[in-house]
Amino acid sequence: MFNTGKELLELTKQFNCNISDILIKKEFEVFELSEEEVLNKTRVIYEIMKTSAQSAISNPDLYKGHIIGGDAKKMSIYASKGNSYCGETLNLAMARAFSTSEVNASMGLICAAPTAGASGILPAAIITGSEKIDADENSILRALLTSAAIGELITKNATVSGAEGGCQAETGTAAAMAAAALVELKGGTPEEALNASSIALKNVLGLVCDPIAGLVESPCAKRNAAGVANAMVSADMSLAGVKSIIPFDEMVETMLRVGRSLPFALKETALGGIAITPTAKKLEKKIFLKE
Amino acid sequence: MTNISFTEVLGPIMIGPSSSHTAGAVKLGLIANKINNTSFNKVDIILHGSFAKTYRGHGTDRAIIAGLMGMKPHDIRIKNSIELAKEQNLIINISEDDLGYYHPNTAKIIFYNNDSTVHTVIGSSIGGGSIIISEIDAFKISFTGEYPTLIINHLDRKGIISEITTTLAKNNINVASMNVTRLQKNKEASILIESDSIIPKSVSEELKKIDDIISIRVINIGAEL
Ligand code: SF4
Repeated sequence: MFNTGKELLELTKQFNCNISDILIKKEFEVFELSEEEVLNKTRVIYEIMKTSAQSAISNPDLYKGHIIGGDAKKMSIYASKGNSYCGETLNLAMARAFSTSEVNASMGLICAAPTAGASGILPAAIITGSEKIDADENSILRALLTSAAIGELITKNATVSGAEGGCQAETGTAAAMAAAALVELKGGTPEEALNASSIALKNVLGLVCDPIAGLVESPCAKRNAAGVANAMVSADMSLAGVKSIIPFDEMVETMLRVGRSLPFALKETALGGIAITPTAKKLEKKIFLKE
Repeated sequence: MTNISFTEVLGPIMIGPSSSHTAGAVKLGLIANKINNTSFNKVDIILHGSFAKTYRGHGTDRAIIAGLMGMKPHDIRIKNSIELAKEQNLIINISEDDLGYYHPNTAKIIFYNNDSTVHTVIGSSIGGGSIIISEIDAFKISFTGEYPTLIINHLDRKGIISEITTTLAKNNINVASMNVTRLQKNKEASILIESDSIIPKSVSEELKKIDDIISIRVINIGAEL
């Protein structure tokens, strides 16, 4: 039904609706899913996201990876002190992103969005954003569907896999999805939503994938925490009226082009980036020798 | 462009940390178990390539074992599957080996069954939680388990294939794809059929009655995930 951001925008104009409405229409026309079925499935996803974004804050000891653990809790305590640079909202969002990343690293239940590695960003953005503006459940579910439309466009026209496009494709896409969701949640226009996605992608263009010991832990968790900041910053820029000079479709194409030109060593192989630092190598040895 | 449903972007709902090394590995175990199709008391899991290198960090061993025990990729017990297998007195041997020219995320699974049969399945996790089965016992094969799948081993004789497809047609099972391999002319051969709809037990029972059928395996589970 839509293969580009431009086509998606035209549809929202034609029907005078939001991106989420078009997504719901598409699910019906292409997959024969009713609006109710779509919203019910999204509710299940949202529930899992809420749990994963909280679990490691409440019970850090249960969610330790081989390398990471405990940062969600630390971040949430810091957030509550009320004297940080970024403010409580963003600090809390970061804590929640850490939480899902820690749950993921410790074999807990998560919803990939769009991948397991980047699964912390969207839940943290949606939960924190909806709390901030006191959004109702229906708007939250719709915002999640808007994020899915962005993820679909990037999957179709570029890649969301770290092995193919580096971390810009994973945490960059997640931030782009979350940015659009936040814009729709706050009543922004479809143009503003795509504009926010475009900004989010640009902010991390070229980011490499270099997981220590090949595990989805470090730098992944911190890039999820920074990724939700990217989403919020991009949404706020767009809602303030700041325009991305480069339109969404060109930005997606650029991400793919840059991803292709990244060397093999910087695409999930753990053969480059921070994965080959002496510290990372030492950790790798320790992890694979024990047990 | 192929269409993508929103649950492919917001999903899968899975046990972390990795869609290929964990979620795909569960699916591999689950489908291998359906292929084996009988209860077992011992299993050898031989990990190849990236599976061999990183399985401890990604819980690939736990994931495959969980799948072998019938758990799905979102089952929270996956983390404890080794302990659960022990409780059930299953003997599990994990080893690492170079299996040759296979996808980097490949496992060879050897089942030692209660009925004294031994079956071997080789499969790979090819990304995003998708898998491919490439070998069953001595037969090279290729299927993903995304569709309901029938694997029929039979003696190679004239007319048997049409008897099988006629039975399927009579039961309204639409054949989406079919692939025939044989080890030797007039000896054992294998047919792989993928269908659009779940294959009920009554149909496999009916197929069993055809002369010269050696074994029938039905794998509906992948299509239900
Ligand atoms: S560094 Fe690689 S594995 Fe980690 S989140 Fe980024 S893309 Fe995923």
